[in-house]
Amino acid sequence: MVTKKNSNSKLNPKITTGKQANEYQFGFHNNVKPIFKTQKGISPKIVNQISWQKKEPAWMNKFRLKALKTFIDKPIPLWGGDLSQIKFSDIYYYLKPIKKKGKSWNEVPKNIKETFEKLGIPQAERKYLAGVETQYDSEAIYGSLKKDLVKKGIIFTNTDEALSKYPEFFKEYFGKIVPPADNKFAALNSTFWSGGSFIYIPKNVKVDLPLQAYFRINAASMGQFERTLIIADCGSFVHYIEGCTAPIYTSDSLHSAVVEIFVKKGARVRYTTIQNWSKNVYNLVTKRAVVDEEGTMEWVDGNLGSKLTMKYPSIYLKGRKATGEVLSVAMAGNNQHQDVGAKVYHLSPETSSRITSKSVSKSGGRTGYRGLVYVAKGAKNSNIRVSCDALILDGKSRADTYPTMNINEQDANIEHEASVSKVSEEQLFYLQSRGIPKDEAASMIVNGFIEPIVRELPMEYAVELNRLMKMEMEGSVG
Amino acid sequence: MSLKISNLSVSVLQKQIIHKFSLEIKKNEVHVLMGPNGSGKSSLSFALMGHPEYKITGGSINIDGKDITNLNSSEKANAGLFLAFQKPVPVYGVCYFNFLRNIYLNFHKNNDKISSIKQFLNLIRNKAKLLKIKEELVKKSVNDQMSGGEQKKMEILTMALISPKYAVLDEIDTGLDVDALKTVAAGIQILKKDSGILLITHYQRILKYLKPDFVHILVKGRIVSTGNADLADEIEEEGYKKYITAPAF
Repeated sequence: MVTKKNSNSKLNPKITTGKQANEYQFGFHNNVKPIFKTQKGISPKIVNQISWQKKEPAWMNKFRLKALKTFIDKPIPLWGGDLSQIKFSDIYYYLKPIKKKGKSWNEVPKNIKETFEKLGIPQAERKYLAGVETQYDSEAIYGSLKKDLVKKGIIFTNTDEALSKYPEFFKEYFGKIVPPADNKFAALNSTFWSGGSFIYIPKNVKVDLPLQAYFRINAASMGQFERTLIIADCGSFVHYIEGCTAPIYTSDSLHSAVVEIFVKKGARVRYTTIQNWSKNVYNLVTKRAVVDEEGTMEWVDGNLGSKLTMKYPSIYLKGRKATGEVLSVAMAGNNQHQDVGAKVYHLSPETSSRITSKSVSKSGGRTGYRGLVYVAKGAKNSNIRVSCDALILDGKSRADTYPTMNINEQDANIEHEASVSKVSEEQLFYLQSRGIPKDEAASMIVNGFIEPIVRELPMEYAVELNRLMKMEMEGSVG
Repeated sequence: MSLKISNLSVSVLQKQIIHKFSLEIKKNEVHVLMGPNGSGKSSLSFALMGHPEYKITGGSINIDGKDITNLNSSEKANAGLFLAFQKPVPVYGVCYFNFLRNIYLNFHKNNDKISSIKQFLNLIRNKAKLLKIKEELVKKSVNDQMSGGEQKKMEILTMALISPKYAVLDEIDTGLDVDALKTVAAGIQILKKDSGILLITHYQRILKYLKPDFVHILVKGRIVSTGNADLADEIEEEGYKKYITAPAF
């Protein structure tokens, strides 16, 4: 099977001007002039400039400088994907597009607003969202939260603002699950972090509608290092959705986020990501959650874009009867490598976890499932279910599975399934015999394959994911 | 107006399976094709529908005067040909309802008279009711976790939705209990009003419920005898022995 045309050449149905037919579907580039930009590259001076710009407390500046040292000391990881082409000295680490955060839609500058309108955010907000927090380059510039949420004591704001307003939360939680020394990219994020979301849900408060944020890189060689911190207090519930789209550029871009989530006793957090970074972005993300007694953490993770993604959402089941679930779907096309997976640590008795991973590789793309399940001594009666399925569309593409189990307790109940399959000629013929063209038939098979994950998404995201997958599939079977 | 197969030769993996096969099927006609195992019945149906592994090495296929010999299978479907599969293929995670809607939208690209999901649901309901097929089946994923009988009924429902000019039904009666057989036969009787049908079968039992206009016997890729329903009765009693031992011509 041969790729007939560039999979980026299709227009997103949302953008119907017809002018961008040959561009990445979200690859429009608005001419926003940043008002403040650091020099390219890494140095303590740049870190100090960022701290000064942000007017942040001295301890945060120290935290950054210490993380910088850790970053420099740590070697580039040699496992996963190829990271050797990242030129750290050729990246802008901080950009501040406008002065103030917009309080209402009307206050947002027109050209930035246009970008959001192209992304369909205002409509999405009207229809579905309780609050929108959108990051444009490095600063969150627009955020709204419905009044009833504020009344309930819910905090949903960008992380920079949260730092100045709620320092007590930061001293207790920031960098506690993902310390800078965890890995080289956590250190990089800790050094240059900017923006991201901060969420606090008070005890027993359940947020009915998903909270949502969009992230977007909009400058060449612009690294984006957002930092998200979520604290779900006892008995609360929140579903947070992050949708990433980025324009395409010739020089390589770097996205390295850190997400830390605290799920307190009996609380439940669901964190959904659909990333569709343009095909030159390195997406290196550390996501981790700690779950107390009877709490539940769910990661729903969709990876379509980027050149290389390395992301393994992790769950530490700290309290008795805590549960964790990771649902992940990845698609890799030409020149793409999705090295994704999950890590679950069973640290207490009667904890349970489920990992479901689906990957699709096509046109020479490569996917990998990298998973770790750890059961500590004393975590009796743990339940573990892992299933990972890979679908390969042609002979040029590749799928790997690297499952690791480290079980230190005798009575853990473990199920593990893995499968690798190909789109069969018989399926294609059957669908085509019903008048369905070949590429559409293939995308139907792919959509069916990922259906168990899509089923878990809110309606509008399920539609969006199916559409993105379909767009990726166009012309991908010869 | 006919499906005209002329001197068709078919090879699979370089081996010739069908030898200069000719047959003309007119609208509203039911032709039955019988033959022993390995005589090439299924190969013929795959080749007609354009399976890439069944290479047409000679002859032609025409639909109402239009040559469709070298079209791919979705183009053949769009030209008015349908194949009900002997073993319908599972498409995991795709529910029948969405599958049928996709098919329908593909066939009606330039007219959106049934654009809403609700309208389409009504259309499917009416067809299912007419054919006495349980509409709940559309909730299942395509040919996955369905009995053989359910799969064959859905093949008939799919055919009813597409309303092809000509349909090849490959062992549509295999693996059906009496009730399912009656349902399927009655369905074919209804669909015959708009289509010409080539029914491939091993057994004569479906012919109790469905009167064929012609019966053909296929042996080693060639039609060796043609007659009416009596010929099927004869086969039921005497088997294919007579045709297998007879010299090839």
